[in-house]
Amino acid sequence: MGTHLPSTEFDGTAVDDQREADAEAVMGEPPAQMVQLLGPDGKLGADPVFSEYADKLTPEDLRGLYADMAAIRRFDVEATALQRQGQLALWVPLTGQEAAQIGSGRASQPQDYIFPTYREHGVALTRNVDLAELLRQFRGVSNGGWNPKDTNFHLYTLVLAAQTLHAVGYAMGIQRDQKLAASDRAGRQPDAAVIAYFGDGASSEGDVHESMVFASSYKAPVVFFCQNNHWAISVPTNVQTRVPLSNRAKGYGFPGIRVDGNDVVAVHAVTEWALEHARQGKGPVLIEAFTYRVGAHTTADDPTKYRHSDEEDAWRAKDPLARLEKYLRAEGLADDAYFAKVKSDGDELAAYVRRTAHDLENPDIRTAFANVYAEAHPLVAEELAWFEEYSAGFAGEEESAGQAAKAGH
Amino acid sequence: MTTMTIAKAINEGLRATLAANPKSLLMGEDIGPLGGVYRVTDGLIGEFGPDRVVDTPLAESGIIGTAIGLALRGYSPVCEIQFDGFVFPGFNQITTQLAKMHARSNGSLTVPVVIRIPYGGGIGSVEHHSESPEALFAHTAGLRIITPSNPHDAYWMVQQAVQCQDPVIIFEPKRRYWLKGDVDVQAPGPAEDPFKAHVLREGTDATVVAYGPLVPVALAAANAAEEDGRSVEVIDLRSISPIDFDTVTASVKKTGRLIVAHEAPTFGGIGGEIAARISERAFHSLESPVIRVGGFHMPYPVAKVEEDYLPDIDRILEALDRALSY
Ligand SMILES: Cc1ncc(C[n+]2csc(CCOP(=O)(O)OP(=O)(O)O)c2C)c(N)n1
Repeated sequence: MGTHLPSTEFDGTAVDDQREADAEAVMGEPPAQMVQLLGPDGKLGADPVFSEYADKLTPEDLRGLYADMAAIRRFDVEATALQRQGQLALWVPLTGQEAAQIGSGRASQPQDYIFPTYREHGVALTRNVDLAELLRQFRGVSNGGWNPKDTNFHLYTLVLAAQTLHAVGYAMGIQRDQKLAASDRAGRQPDAAVIAYFGDGASSEGDVHESMVFASSYKAPVVFFCQNNHWAISVPTNVQTRVPLSNRAKGYGFPGIRVDGNDVVAVHAVTEWALEHARQGKGPVLIEAFTYRVGAHTTADDPTKYRHSDEEDAWRAKDPLARLEKYLRAEGLADDAYFAKVKSDGDELAAYVRRTAHDLENPDIRTAFANVYAEAHPLVAEELAWFEEYSAGFAGEEESAGQAAKAGH
Repeated sequence: MTTMTIAKAINEGLRATLAANPKSLLMGEDIGPLGGVYRVTDGLIGEFGPDRVVDTPLAESGIIGTAIGLALRGYSPVCEIQFDGFVFPGFNQITTQLAKMHARSNGSLTVPVVIRIPYGGGIGSVEHHSESPEALFAHTAGLRIITPSNPHDAYWMVQQAVQCQDPVIIFEPKRRYWLKGDVDVQAPGPAEDPFKAHVLREGTDATVVAYGPLVPVALAAANAAEEDGRSVEVIDLRSISPIDFDTVTASVKKTGRLIVAHEAPTFGGIGGEIAARISERAFHSLESPVIRVGGFHMPYPVAKVEEDYLPDIDRILEALDRALSY
């Protein structure tokens, strides 16, 4: 984004020209129009719109952004290790996407509500979700693990893109609350907005299209935050789109901004701008954070089957932590002692997570029976009664015929 | 006769299909260089190229909907849905369009689309990766639904499905993808009707009907029952729509007792349909009510308790005890 506010006007970008640009983008070359403040060299640039937002960040804020990114990366390493040790069934790593997540999450206000997909561990950190709780889902003891009402951070959603519609509906609820509160001065709450996270792959789902139509029609206070990490499992972004994803917003009639997703300062600035825009009643914004999933899609994935390691190396050179570290050091905002402290804090977090993950209690299927409906349901009661009687039949009986058979006798 | 896993058998079946029929093609998420998340399409894009093995955008409605268009144009698309729980963005296209196209065109249009869906639990996975939604599709007229339980069937059924002029959904038992068995690639496969049930084991005291992932469980239960002196007949249903009621009826007329086992919740499930039909067809032969063994009326539970959810040998034996107690 250059010298003007994000525009909803058609800029005449020819699709065919863009094809080449995109093919290049897949190989790691950022296209021209992209908000970037802190470059890979650790130097802070200027932007006519977003520098103002970046300037608001105090040295302490900047150190905080770094500390968060370092913490979540350390957490990611730990969770991957826990999976390898059989403590988790699956892990979805986020390494490479720290700036996109910490920058955007830190730009939100407590009253904002966040709808993540399943990789937004960094956003969860910024919303004060206990990271050990986050592991419940991946350990197979819960389909959630935290109460979204405590942190305004919704449960992870595994059916891709489904949550983008929930986000718009939630934002429509905020609009209505504002109207209701207008007649009641005492009940007035701070203006709020919603962020919906999704991936470049998920952007192809019909739900994303429908959510953008609704958001635009009703000017819902929602920020669509697409982390374009370049791969939907094995499928590159150019199978999902031939133009920068941020361009799509124009077609729906709201601003779209592509931001360097590895630049935590720019992501923070752009998201802050977008949330303000939404909270002020000006309608939705689409942010495309241009970033990269450095590791595997999940611990069950094998990226060597579909991409070259030189692509991964090219992106490692744009590491979001390294560039902020360079800046903090060059400006004298942080020294060796600071970075050593961040590291030891990370180790402590990892130890806490490791300890807690082991202790996550196994559930009982009775809990599942209890939570199918909010109100009593005779079929569930009948099946639970059957289950209790059936289980009681095994009490004290070490080796039933069936168990013997199961054991291979 | 060669030995291979179910996953490999489907891979070979797809390879044979692509080689034999230039208008057949595969479509799905990650089915290209990755070979699918279960590697079922491994190597096929290299052999047949990206026009025949299409790595699609991430959009199930898009996959099914465009497959319908391709079928209308004379192609035979085989769609892969990555996991059971992710078929629902495509549910609208499957149930309102694919299933009904032939009927609403008064028989003038055919849409021979095949949809492969890995289904069922027992792999310790997260939400939406372990469901058995077959009844939701079986209730829709116009769709045929089959589910192999062994490599031989897997190899042939996928080829037969492509040849079928109706839309066919193949529910693939994902926890059995690595199950090995003999495949007779010389067999007169196409003559083996994929919509017919197979009696896998003869017996006289009771019949157990199962399909897909529960077939090995039913066989193991029958073996365990034999040690207790009970003779159990086991039927692999193979086809969920249509259901081969003749084979089941004949068996029940012989044994007098029927147990239907599936992973899907029993309420509103395929087991209920079988129970009702058999009650009508063989009422006087039945010596006990038909007993269903299946999942509970709850969302598929988290991995750490799926053992309590999934029907196992003991659950089938308990049902057998009940049937024999009448
Ligand atoms: C509706 C649906 N279809 C398929 C899947 C299987 N799946 C899980 S993650 C994934 C790729 C998602 O890519 P993207 O949206 O870019 O997000 P990323 O994982 O890269 O963050 C797929 C195909 C799913 N979860 N939901």
